[in-house]
Amino acid sequence: MTSEEKKPGWKSLPIGAAVLEPGSSLRYKTGDWRAFRPVVDKEKCINCLFCWIYCPDAAVVRKEKWVEINYDYCKGCGICAKECPKEAIKMVEEQK
Amino acid sequence: MTVVGMTGDEAVAFAVKQCKVDVVAAYPITPQTIMVERFSKYVADGEVQTEYVCVESEHSAMSACVGASLTGARVFTATSSQGLALMHEMLYVASGLRCPIVMGVANRALSAPINIHGDHSDMMGSRDSGWVQIYAENGQEAYDWTVMAFKIAEDKSVQLPVSVNLDGFIISHCVEGVDVLEDEAVSQFLKTRKPLFTLDSEKPVTFGALCFTDYYFEFKRQQVEAMRSVGGVLDKVCREYKGVTGRNYNVLEAFGMEDAEAAIICLGSTAGTAREVARELRAQGKKVGVVKLWLYRPFPVDEVSAVLGRVKALAVFDRAISFGAPYGALCSDVVSALHTVEGRPRIFNVVYGLGGRDIQPSDIEFVFNEALETARTGVVKEETVFLGVRE
Repeated sequence: MTSEEKKPGWKSLPIGAAVLEPGSSLRYKTGDWRAFRPVVDKEKCINCLFCWIYCPDAAVVRKEKWVEINYDYCKGCGICAKECPKEAIKMVEEQK
Repeated sequence: MTVVGMTGDEAVAFAVKQCKVDVVAAYPITPQTIMVERFSKYVADGEVQTEYVCVESEHSAMSACVGASLTGARVFTATSSQGLALMHEMLYVASGLRCPIVMGVANRALSAPINIHGDHSDMMGSRDSGWVQIYAENGQEAYDWTVMAFKIAEDKSVQLPVSVNLDGFIISHCVEGVDVLEDEAVSQFLKTRKPLFTLDSEKPVTFGALCFTDYYFEFKRQQVEAMRSVGGVLDKVCREYKGVTGRNYNVLEAFGMEDAEAAIICLGSTAGTAREVARELRAQGKKVGVVKLWLYRPFPVDEVSAVLGRVKALAVFDRAISFGAPYGALCSDVVSALHTVEGRPRIFNVVYGLGGRDIQPSDIEFVFNEALETARTGVVKEETVFLGVRE
């Protein structure tokens, strides 16, 4: 949806909406309807991974000493911020 | 060829057996029950190699058919009335995913009030579901169209589901002599299905993915194109079938239309009665004709215009009501098809036979006489005649 590429017309699309290429959903970014973005404070993060477990998508990415957010897929639900025992995640409003 | 005495349902089941169908998923509902009952006997007796799936509802039946069809299998199911209504959601999935499923439909009324008898309310309620719709006049036609339906549905340019409609009880349960082909002749006529895509772990494909505002419309446009290709494919298939059987099919059948001033157009078994009445009236010098529409979706606009454009008066028979619409479904389509034709006929709608109410030759004679009167005066007395309803 975010792609600026020219989309194919009905004459060239596979019949019946079949997707002929495996794994193409990786190119389909679904994070663009987020209103608030979770921002991780690496100083406060104790790497308990509550956020990683509670994330209803798979948008929390494990790093060695803290977590990061994959903003291509994070919808900004805020569950990670709510569940974080150290208040290391803040929800920051997305700006145009 | 051999003539066998069988009901319309049995004729369809026999055709499906000869078509070497891979999967049947169905849920019996009167009056189509005999189609799947007879077919399940073929399975039990080892006469077919078909995977027969006993499902818990018609919604599941069509869902299973869609899945099976997407694997590349040849698939058949059957239903009627409430069963078709319960399938409704999945009918759109079958056409949207371009599954060339063939379905026998023994047409009958929808509740309420509860009624098990024949009319076209069920399939007319699903007329925009993207299915090709063929209506048979008798058991012979039900057999022939079932064989041809697979070939039309599976054609590379079509890839759409096809319903073969037969009037509930009138055709589904009446025993007639049906001239059937040898198994080998059907195998020659109908080769193994060649699907566009198959499920293959070496070449993975995805079916039924989400399509939002940016793609959905394009796939609906594809379906329009597929519907447009049906007429040409059907013509080709009918010619080939005639070569095998000598029987002549196409999108419609005309009787007496070479000089008719007043005509009737209808679907299904009523055409037989109408033709017989027309034959008697023509013997009395009355110029009447009958058009039986075999193909209802896609609607054969050009052929209907060509055959009906020059009559003076036309009665369109609808065996279903489209509540609140200007006319019944068939009549609305005929009016649309003829609206650009110069000197088009005066048209009136005849709604009849709901809930299996019998249509008698005298009813049809009454309509022919009304149409002849309209042809003479140019005046339509009543836009919609509810034939045989008590005041």
